[in-house]
Amino acid sequence: MKKMVILVLLVWMAAVSFGNDTTKVAKASTDDAPITLPQGFKSVVVTSGLGKARHLVVAASGDIFVKLEKLKDGKGIIRLHDANGDGKADNISGFGNYVGTGITIKNGFLYASSDKEVYRYAINEKEGKVDTATVQKIITGLVSKNQHETKSLALDNEGNIYVNIGAPSNCCQVQDRVKGSPGQDPCPILETAGGIWQFKADKTNQSYAEGARYATGLRNVVGLDWNTEVNELYVMQHGRDMLFQFYPDLFSQKEGAENPAEEMFRLKKGSDCGWPYCYYDNDKQQKLLNPEYGGDRKKVDRCADKEKSIVQFPGHLAPNAMLFYTGKQFPEKYKNGAFIAFHGSWNRAPEPQAGFFVVFVPFKNGMPAGKWEIFADGFSGLQTAGSTGKVKYRPCGLAQGPDGSLYISDDNNGTIWKVSYGK
Amino acid sequence: MKKVIVIALVFFIATAFITQQQPAGLKAAMARGKKVYDATCLACHQPDGSGVPNMNPPLIKTKWVLGDKKQLTKIVLKGMQGGEIEIDGDKFHNPMPPQESTLTDQEIADVLTFVRNSFGNKASMVTVAEVKAMRAKLK
Repeated sequence: MKKMVILVLLVWMAAVSFGNDTTKVAKASTDDAPITLPQGFKSVVVTSGLGKARHLVVAASGDIFVKLEKLKDGKGIIRLHDANGDGKADNISGFGNYVGTGITIKNGFLYASSDKEVYRYAINEKEGKVDTATVQKIITGLVSKNQHETKSLALDNEGNIYVNIGAPSNCCQVQDRVKGSPGQDPCPILETAGGIWQFKADKTNQSYAEGARYATGLRNVVGLDWNTEVNELYVMQHGRDMLFQFYPDLFSQKEGAENPAEEMFRLKKGSDCGWPYCYYDNDKQQKLLNPEYGGDRKKVDRCADKEKSIVQFPGHLAPNAMLFYTGKQFPEKYKNGAFIAFHGSWNRAPEPQAGFFVVFVPFKNGMPAGKWEIFADGFSGLQTAGSTGKVKYRPCGLAQGPDGSLYISDDNNGTIWKVSYGK
Repeated sequence: MKKVIVIALVFFIATAFITQQQPAGLKAAMARGKKVYDATCLACHQPDGSGVPNMNPPLIKTKWVLGDKKQLTKIVLKGMQGGEIEIDGDKFHNPMPPQESTLTDQEIADVLTFVRNSFGNKASMVTVAEVKAMRAKLK
C-alpha cells in the first residue's frame, strides 16, 4: 500500500516539474525566434504575430508590405516601417480588406491578389507610401475552389503580369482523392486552371477572355519569379499527393513520402509540364505516367515530350516562394541563384514530416550550377519528427531588400525575419 | 499529510475504476478502427489527429467529432467540398473524399468509434446500425 502512495506522489511530482520545464523552453524561443544560417549570416526578427503572413515585398524605401491570408484588425495588407534602422518594425499599419497570398512591386505599382482577383495601387517607392485611393482591379473571376486556391504574382519587363491558377484537384480523378477513381482524360480542369496565365499589368477587369494561358500542366504553383538575367519565368510546382495510400502495390510507405519530386521549371510560352498525366519519379529519375492514367512506374508514354524540370526536390516539401537573388550584399556564389522557401510537408505521414526550411540553388546563365543546399533552417522548432500542425514556423514568402538583405515570412504565427551578411 | 495521502489514493482508485468501465466491445472496435484510420484517414488527419493548418481539420476535441454522430457519419459517407469546416476562425480547404464506396458500415462504425475515443477525445461509440441507417437515409 505504501508503495502505491509513493508512486502516486512521484507521478504527480514528475508531471508538475515537466510542465514547468516545457513552459520555460517555449517562452525562450518565442522571444528571439532563432533560425540557423550559414556562417557569416545573421537574422533579426522584424516583427511577429501578424498571423497568416504569406508573400511579402520590400519597397526601395525599405518598407515591407506583407499579404495576409487572414485579416488582422480588418486589414489584408500590412506595411512594416523601421524608423531607426535596427531592422525591427517600429510602425505597423495596414490597408485592403481582402485576404490572399500574392504581392509584388513593379514600375511604381504595388500588385496584390485575393484568391480570385488581382488589384494594384500606385506606390511612391522612395517614401514607401501607397495611395490606397488609386486601387484598380486588374484581373477578376479566376477559378478558386478551396484547393490550391491562392494566386501568386510575377511581372516581366514588358508590361505583363503572370498569375498561377492552381488546379482544384489532386490528380484530376473523376472523384477527387477517392482511392480507385480513374483520371479524367482529357482533364477538363486544364481549360481554366492548372497553369500560369498571362495578363496586361495595366488593364482593368481582365479575365480568361483577355488573358492567355502561358503554361499548362502545372498542378499548383505558389513560388514563382521572373529571372531578369535571362528574361524568363521560373516556377516551383507542388507535386501530387497520395501515391502510397492509393497505390501501395507500386509505392512503399517511404517511396510515397519521397515521391513525386517537387519540380522547378524554366517556362517558355506554351510549356506543358505534364500534370495530371505525368509525375517525376525521384527513384527512377524520370518523368513517368501517373497511375490514374495507367502508369506502372515504368511507362513513359505521352510524358516523353512534356517540359523537363531543371531541379527536383524530395516529395511533398511544398515550395511556397522562389526568389532570384540580384543583390550585392551576399557573397558572390549567391548572385543570380535561387532561394526557395519550403512550407513543409504533410503528405509524408506516417514517415517523418520534412522541409520547413529555405534552400539555395546556385545558378549560372539561367541554369542550375550545383546541388541545392539548405540555407535557413530551424523553423519547425522540433527536435524530433512531429506533426505539421505542431511546428512553430512555416516559411512561406521571400523578398529582397534594397540593401540586398533577404526577408522571410512565416504563415503560422506571422513572423518576419531579415537576413543579412557580414558585420 | 495523511489526509493528502488518502485523497491521492481515492483519486487514484477512482481514476482506475473509470478507465476500466468501458462499454462492451469498445476495445475490439478501437483496435479495428485504428487499422481503418491508419489506412484511410491518417495521411490527411495525421497520426496524432492534429490535422494540417488551413487544409485538413484536426480531430481533437472539436464539435465536429464529439457532437452529432449522424452529422459525423454523413461527412464520412458523403465527404465535403472543402472550406465548410471552420474552427476558431480558421477555414480548412482540402476536400474530404466520400467513403461510401470504399468503407463498409462496420469499418465506418469502427473508425468513428476510434476517432471519438483517441487523441484525448472521449465520446460514445458509433454502431453499425447507426451507420447503416444513415447510409439508407442518404440513398
